[in-house]
Amino acid sequence: MELTSHNLKSNAKDALGNEQLQKALGNVPKGFIDKRAKAAAALDEFEALRDKGREIKDHTLANLDLYLEAYEQKVIENGGHVHWAKTAEDARRIALEICQKHDAKTVTKGKSMITEEVELNEHLLENGIEPVETDLGEYIIQLRNEKPSHIIAPAIHLNQGQIEDDFRRVHTHLDEDRDMSEPETLLAEAREVLRKRYFEADIGFTGANFLVAETGSSVIVTNEGNGDLTQTLGKVHVVMASIEKVVPTLADCSQILRILARSATGQDMSVYTTFSTGPKREKDPDGPKEYHVILLDNGRSDMLGTEFEEMLRCIRCGACINHCPVYHSIGGHAYGSIYPGPMGSVLTPSLAGVDKAGTLPNASTFCGRCESVCPMRIPLPKMMRHWREKEFEQHLQPKAARYGLAFWAYLAKRPKLYRALVSFAMPALSVLGGTNKRISSLPLASGWTKHRELPAPEGRTFMQAWDQREALKQEAN
Amino acid sequence: MSETRQSVLSDIRNALVKKAPDDARAKAVAERLSGRPTGIIPKRGQLKQDARVELFAEMAKKVHSSVTRVSGYDEIPSCIGNYLREHNLPAELIMGTDRRLNKADWSLEKNLTIKKGPSDGKDLVGVSHAKSGIAETGTLLLASGSENPTTINFLADHHIVIISAKDIKGDMESAWGSLNKKDGQVVMPRAVNFVTGPSRSGDIEQKLLLGAHGPRALQIIIVG
Amino acid sequence: MSENTNPKVGLFVTCLVDLFRPNVGFSAVELLEAAGCDVHVPRAQTCCGQPAYNSGDKADTKEIAKQVLDAFEDYDYVVAPSGSCAAMIKKHYPEVFEDDPAMLSRMKALSDKTFELVSFLTDVMFITQTPGEFAGSVTYHDSCSGLRELGVKEQPRKLLKNSGVDVREMKDSEVCCGFGGTFCVKYSDISNAMVSKKTQSIDDTGADMLVAGDMGCLMNMAGKLKRQGSKTEVRHVAEVLAGKLDTKPISGS
Repeated sequence: MELTSHNLKSNAKDALGNEQLQKALGNVPKGFIDKRAKAAAALDEFEALRDKGREIKDHTLANLDLYLEAYEQKVIENGGHVHWAKTAEDARRIALEICQKHDAKTVTKGKSMITEEVELNEHLLENGIEPVETDLGEYIIQLRNEKPSHIIAPAIHLNQGQIEDDFRRVHTHLDEDRDMSEPETLLAEAREVLRKRYFEADIGFTGANFLVAETGSSVIVTNEGNGDLTQTLGKVHVVMASIEKVVPTLADCSQILRILARSATGQDMSVYTTFSTGPKREKDPDGPKEYHVILLDNGRSDMLGTEFEEMLRCIRCGACINHCPVYHSIGGHAYGSIYPGPMGSVLTPSLAGVDKAGTLPNASTFCGRCESVCPMRIPLPKMMRHWREKEFEQHLQPKAARYGLAFWAYLAKRPKLYRALVSFAMPALSVLGGTNKRISSLPLASGWTKHRELPAPEGRTFMQAWDQREALKQEAN
Repeated sequence: MSETRQSVLSDIRNALVKKAPDDARAKAVAERLSGRPTGIIPKRGQLKQDARVELFAEMAKKVHSSVTRVSGYDEIPSCIGNYLREHNLPAELIMGTDRRLNKADWSLEKNLTIKKGPSDGKDLVGVSHAKSGIAETGTLLLASGSENPTTINFLADHHIVIISAKDIKGDMESAWGSLNKKDGQVVMPRAVNFVTGPSRSGDIEQKLLLGAHGPRALQIIIVG
Repeated sequence: MSENTNPKVGLFVTCLVDLFRPNVGFSAVELLEAAGCDVHVPRAQTCCGQPAYNSGDKADTKEIAKQVLDAFEDYDYVVAPSGSCAAMIKKHYPEVFEDDPAMLSRMKALSDKTFELVSFLTDVMFITQTPGEFAGSVTYHDSCSGLRELGVKEQPRKLLKNSGVDVREMKDSEVCCGFGGTFCVKYSDISNAMVSKKTQSIDDTGADMLVAGDMGCLMNMAGKLKRQGSKTEVRHVAEVLAGKLDTKPISGS
């Protein structure tokens, strides 16, 4: 996906003016926040499990090479193939090779953010292979030629009416005048249309929520069953996963699973949690004939051992996105990157460079709500601040802002000079405020006064008033 | 290709070089993979057998499964027959070669047609036997194989799953124990499906809708 | 540390209180003295360093932090009428000096004795009653830093209720008001969307007054309320608790 994060401000303005989008975005806090809170409250051990999750992932990351090797060995023992990809380009090339080896014409896809990250669909299309998204949300946006706007709810930016219009436009085999006012009808249509495609598919692509080193298994966590149909009915199952998805054991995976669905949608468990280990066995009546895993680096090893390493604990639950007031206002597309919200603001500069994606970690008030709900206790605001430090070091911030802040710091470090300046600046400003005690417009402050009144200062500063008070006290004594 | 493998692994190792010496790390990894420490097991499912089964049923119903209980396998055919009649479904079903299912006397349901094997997508009703269940979340553990083909779990409109009451565990960690082991280690079948309710989607305005791509309905029959 | 009978408190005024609303500073002094504290105001204070810190300027942050340390190190407590400034000193100063053991231990000591004003009164001085009285209704906005970094939530509500104030909870009191320091001017449209949601929540309570513990949030919300023609008064919670209501509310009435 072409990164347009540098346009965040204007993207945001468009998003704020888009009534359809604003209506749809209302579903984000409504659909996720209370549910997560209830699920967390209902499990006494929830907070302890968050600590456990962090512990397990930190241990894994500290030994990532060894766990990847152990995982690879188990996959091969169970009859699977492991491919290594350093870059997105490598991943695309390997995926295409597998498809071409099997003369694939159509491939089905379970919902997979990593395949979006590497732009797999575009690559397959360019090479005459049709990718069919089977997750309902991904299917809907595929019809619209859009990118997902949320990492677990790809079509959350759409209202039902828009989906109806798309189905009417595309499902031409059905009666044009049919009643689609009930969402159940839309679901049933998608179910029917996609049923055929699972059976036609030559290859089934999925991502993986986890890769288990102990058994060489890949894990998908879904509600619809599309991921399972994709990987069971496809003649070949290809898993694409980034290297930090590894966990050591089934027991470790069971721990983190407890905080994944609860943090994402407020469910104790998603409907389907599936552990796949290799291709069809001799006595299996169903299943894929071949099983391939593409392990992708794409910038993760660069994050290891740096102040951004903690981001590698992310299990892609979306809780941070669901709770972010900035995301609530502008939606996912405004971020201009495949990963939106707080986790996207930390991850994208790692993948694309802070020079290209630096706006993202700046578009935050550091309210901290994201960190407070992250199941893996990732300090998201802290890492966004690290990105700002990198920008500062590299002089990437707009000059006016840099000079303004430098001037403030200059004064702040010189209390006497500061006092001298403010003791006439504040009274002057307070005069502007008049009897109403507010200023409606002020040169250089249009960023503020465009939308708000500027409260006028009282006049004297506290220090001036305090000095006067202390002076009077001295006199009295 | 193995160059890429080397390149990725050495980049990782270079990044980790400050953490700990390689032999210490190798030891830690070997220990974890052989020791497989259990983490935090929530109190919720840690109940005696009867209470555990009750909790399982309660949690399963919360996620829109229907749950019924019979005292023996001999009651399964009529239990299923009733389900089909109640839901106006044709007297047909598909299942695998699970011995426990085949033990029952299906001739008691005279008109019932039973197909055996994987599903081709045209089956309205599929019957499986779970390896175990998890009381904590109302979850079923289904293992792939000719006894219980995976395709039945996902292609049938109505999925009926039999589970033996004594196989209902408190937590997922214990449920893993229901799979075959070799030298103390779980031997993974090709697919292990943890199923918690019928298929659903929230992709249309976050409205909860049942019957996305998988089964629209999940009926659990607890035996014993 | 001496017994909490007459502790020496260094008041960290904060730049916004100093420049825009001294009444908050005097309210803080009133509350601290009523609680039995011996209040001092070190002259060599200007800013806690958040603007530098949050824009990635570590060097200036460190220098400013050192200045604060030198000015405040010798007091029993450091108290600020601001969750974000108190959190800056308490949580972030030690982080900034992680790699400097000598400074780190001094910063940790400073951190241990630094508090936000209201939670200092309730949690350290065990105050349950404050001098002020207010017969009207207020709604309380939970400023992000105070809430999430320092756990300030129940304390101001308790003190307000004990003063006979009718405290009305707004929907989403814990959601960010959109100030965020330079964010509100850099991303003014997004900030506006956030503060507009906040003012709607405030209006829906029908409360006479909005209070909070941070001037940045208050100026942001007051500015928006007034632009919208709202009659809701806006004050810092310290002013209500101290009963210093003679100064006109923030952004006028």
